[in-house]
Amino acid sequence: MLVESLTLSAALFTIGVIGVLTRRNAIIVFMCVELMLNAVNLSFVALSKLYGATGQVFVIFVMTVAAAEAAVGLAIIIAIFRHKKSVNLQDINLLRG
Amino acid sequence: MSFDVSTPTGLLQALGPDLVLIVGAMVLMLVAAFRPESAGHQRRVGLMALGVLVATIATMSWYATNASSTTVHGIIAVDGFRWAVNLVFLVGAAATIALGIEANPRDRIVAAESHVLVLFATAGMMVLAAARDLMIVFLGVEMMSIAVYVLAGINRSSARSAEGALKYFLLGAFSTGFLLYGIALIYGATGSTHLGVIGERIGTFGLAGHGMLLVGVGLLLVGFAFKIAAVPFHMWAPDVYEGAPTPITAYMAAAVKAAAFAMFLRAWLEAFSLLDGSWLTPIWWLAAVTMVAGNAIALAQRNVKRMLAYSSIVHGGYLLVAVAAGTGLGSAAFLFYGIAYTLATFGAFAIVSVMAPTGSRGALIRDYEGLWTTRPWLAVGFAICMLALLGFPIFGGVGFFAKWYVLQAAITSPRELTPLAIVLVLTSVVSAGYYLHVVRVMFMKPRPEDADEPGPVYPLTQAVLVGSVALILLLGLFPNTLATWAKDNALGARPTAVTTNAP
Repeated sequence: MLVESLTLSAALFTIGVIGVLTRRNAIIVFMCVELMLNAVNLSFVALSKLYGATGQVFVIFVMTVAAAEAAVGLAIIIAIFRHKKSVNLQDINLLRG
Repeated sequence: MSFDVSTPTGLLQALGPDLVLIVGAMVLMLVAAFRPESAGHQRRVGLMALGVLVATIATMSWYATNASSTTVHGIIAVDGFRWAVNLVFLVGAAATIALGIEANPRDRIVAAESHVLVLFATAGMMVLAAARDLMIVFLGVEMMSIAVYVLAGINRSSARSAEGALKYFLLGAFSTGFLLYGIALIYGATGSTHLGVIGERIGTFGLAGHGMLLVGVGLLLVGFAFKIAAVPFHMWAPDVYEGAPTPITAYMAAAVKAAAFAMFLRAWLEAFSLLDGSWLTPIWWLAAVTMVAGNAIALAQRNVKRMLAYSSIVHGGYLLVAVAAGTGLGSAAFLFYGIAYTLATFGAFAIVSVMAPTGSRGALIRDYEGLWTTRPWLAVGFAICMLALLGFPIFGGVGFFAKWYVLQAAITSPRELTPLAIVLVLTSVVSAGYYLHVVRVMFMKPRPEDADEPGPVYPLTQAVLVGSVALILLLGLFPNTLATWAKDNALGARPTAVTTNAP
């Protein structure tokens, strides 16, 4: 089971990374980031079967932090929507790298 | 006084300064929300935040002389390195709040909580500096980052600020994903999240070539490179630095970066020092590419804030050389550099916030032309900060010695870093192209007819400015005091554990 879980976790993580890199809607990008975090959670839970409770404790922390991050992130997305009337990353181009 | 970090009571005691700051920040958040928002209330909360920082610094100085740990594998480090790095964060936070109290009304920001958020971010950094367990590392990174995401977008009336905050948030959360997956893989390969235990197991079980571990450390390195904006993970930095209010930009350039470095240095030295066969080369290239590309792009900038953003990317590259050295001397060089760079950054940004009261206007290098003729002291202060960032001897004060110690750490390192040291010296010469350009423009060009008159320098900004310039010059005259302090507080200089008991 361990190998399968870790493989699934790696696959989900990769899907998340591809989503962040290719999607243009800020909210979908953020969803892909959450997918990455939850893929990691799956790894932690699977590994804790091998090594004990540390992995499960870590998952609780990750979920808490992800919730706090979501609160701040969605507020920032609302702030940008007020200025631009859009959450499309292609419309957000005042500043250039 | 000695703490047993393996018990809850001992852990709380060992976290004394952090708790003073966190509790102070929480109380202050209530105070900030208690009254309707107004400029006067914002100023009052800012002054109280400075008070909390002073209390934290006082507690920390007591701990720095008296505290030690009896636990071998405590999740919290009680060593000189932690207190020394904390000093960089706390001084940086105090300067940020001092600048913010006067810059916020100029930028038309009315948000008393902005000062409290700086305290929360600083608490996260202090946790990060103390972390000896990857779980605490993750918590510290997030406590720091979430507060800084908000700070980057604190100017709600500015579209640039919101845009910078969005970019910072999305890329920051993205990099957290990498950091976290790295931690999961390291946990999977070694069965522990504790840095010391990981280090031991890599040695005992011969895990140095373990694929999962190597990938994990690589992902950890990617997450870290995003936080310090090393090339090619730097795309967000110039936009965020330009969009954020100027004091927050200084805070991100100095303190956030120092926190990420403190975390990575500890992890690198305590846990992954046996992996240098496989991961030294990537760090080597990361440092080299960051120094070369950062300097090349900085040369093309016309906006002072963006120029300083690229300059901070480049300084991250210089510090990566100290990380690559992988010795206690490297961490001493980092401490010295941290102090010097923080002083020069806050001095420079204090002047930028005076010159550009409302965002982009007045922030171009063109706006600094002939500053010497109208505001000679501002020009002299900015010139000294630029020379300190360049590492110019004598006039650049402590900046010269900061680079000197990084070079020394690189050359004496057992890892043969002389080519990297040569890259550092050559790119420093290139960086004169933009640092000296600003100095030349200020002193040698006439003031244009239509140039705006820079705003007045209020007392707190003046204190930050005079304090940092004076310390740059003073520590430049007596670098040995600072160097001794840095060496005494380097990683491994004072052992973390005094007595031994089984983990």
